[in-house]
Amino acid sequence: MNAARAGKAPRSGKMLPGYNFAYLDEESKRMIRRGLLKAVAIPGFQIPFGGREMPLPYGWGTGGIQVTASIITPEDVLKVIDQGADDTTNAVSIRQFFERVAGIASTTRTREATIIQTRHRIPETPLASGQIMVFQVPIPEPLRFIEPSETETATLHALGDYGIMHVKLYEDIVRHGHIATCYAYPVEVNGRYVMDPSPIPRFDNPKLHMSPALMLFGAGREKRLYALPPHTAVVSLDFEDHPFAIQRPEAACAICGSTESYLDELIVDDAGARRYVCSDTDYCQRRAEARGEARGEAS
Amino acid sequence: MSALAHGMRMDAALPADVPAMENSQALMQADGLCRLFGPEQGCQDISFTLYPGEVLGLVGESGSGKSTLLSTLSGRLPPDRGRVRYRDGADWVDLYATGEGRRRALLRTQWGFVEQNPRDGLRMPVSAGANIGERLMAQGARHYGRLRQSALDWLRHVEIDISRIDDTPNAFSGGMQQRLQIARNLVSGPRLVFMDEPTGGLDVSVQARILDLLRKLVRELDLSVILVTHDLAVARLLADRLMVMRRSRIVEAGLTDQILDDPQHPYTQLLVSSILRV
Repeated sequence: MNAARAGKAPRSGKMLPGYNFAYLDEESKRMIRRGLLKAVAIPGFQIPFGGREMPLPYGWGTGGIQVTASIITPEDVLKVIDQGADDTTNAVSIRQFFERVAGIASTTRTREATIIQTRHRIPETPLASGQIMVFQVPIPEPLRFIEPSETETATLHALGDYGIMHVKLYEDIVRHGHIATCYAYPVEVNGRYVMDPSPIPRFDNPKLHMSPALMLFGAGREKRLYALPPHTAVVSLDFEDHPFAIQRPEAACAICGSTESYLDELIVDDAGARRYVCSDTDYCQRRAEARGEARGEAS
Repeated sequence: MSALAHGMRMDAALPADVPAMENSQALMQADGLCRLFGPEQGCQDISFTLYPGEVLGLVGESGSGKSTLLSTLSGRLPPDRGRVRYRDGADWVDLYATGEGRRRALLRTQWGFVEQNPRDGLRMPVSAGANIGERLMAQGARHYGRLRQSALDWLRHVEIDISRIDDTPNAFSGGMQQRLQIARNLVSGPRLVFMDEPTGGLDVSVQARILDLLRKLVRELDLSVILVTHDLAVARLLADRLMVMRRSRIVEAGLTDQILDDPQHPYTQLLVSSILRV
């Protein structure tokens, strides 16, 4: 299928007995894949699907897990991140889940992964053609907060009637003096559908535009799938006199010194001292290692 | 006013199948409109022509079908039979034969709809400015500064203190909410505004103020209005022409003064004679 998927991938092979490959039964996986094909065919459009019960609560990534379970093959290498980190509880649990029920290999390295399941972040390391991003989506409907009726939002999507999305941004400027929506920032996909890029920070929105990777979105509670095929135009909504802009970090990462990546703010003592570190742990680690090597060679 | 000249008296028994007059001057035409929820519940056999700049009043008791007719005319409720046509520039649009997209576009550009309860017509959780700007944003306005300027202009028009622009309608009085709703509808420069009891539920002094404002705006903007009311005083003040409805049918139609001063149909006579004279 592609360079990343074709090679290597020493699957662990240790699968729990008594489970179908990747937990879901084959019929469910086919149903979800059919939904994903539709989603890819109509970028940004929400496809309903028959969400299954998964062995974790709604809100913990049931949508993302179902998508991953449906597309994963024994040769795949999986990376799971939560808030950009590979070592958080949710990320570790989901990675171990697939190691056990699919016997697949996992990694923390963005470049080595063929499937990256994520909540909140898109890795800083640029994605490559052939990689698949799987997003765990809490609320797939971008118009929901302003229009509570599902039939009405469906009609608005059908007619491309997106004025109320700007009402929300207008309210932001009224209240904060600038567009303060800093996550789930609405985007227009391929000049047609308005889509919620889910809880990724606004900082990551530009990474969606013309990405060489396939992006799949799964909402487990709301039972919706949507997708961005590779090389799709994604434009963040804005006003002419208040253009879309990403927040640039004010500090550098305390570990790797990056001024380009998305930083987490840590309060480190009772006096309110702060440190900033990269939210993408893999990116941070690679940079820190490279710096260490450079320093080692120098000395 | 040319509209008045056309406001000829229509006979109650006027058959619905009279061929519709192709009048290039007309703005809206209803032919044999019928929407029933039960026997004589709803509206039936409704035919009329509305001209630009004309205020047409629909009066009648509760349950006579006024609001049903208004919903049908405004593209919100498909009729069982009959059709509504609207003249958009040079071409006539058959409201229910055309697509929902066109219908919605009409409703938010060339038309307005003022609800009886402003809470139904306003977006309560967002600021007054956003309420006014919504139609413009739906039409593709993407300049915050200009949106804000037109919001300020319209607040002035409807006599709301401009310092309230960032307050939500929840913080407004009933009369202010109604005026805000009017501003929100008129910002797109509509040609036709539907009003369902616009002064219902307001106290008398506030009513008078809103009626004053409406009369001024109708004249200034050369609006056509279809106005539903059960209050004959409101009808006399605003409407050029009246249609009296009873049990889903129009029983009498004609110039407002004519109908109120010289009612012909027994029901209209009853209605007119029941006005409290203080």
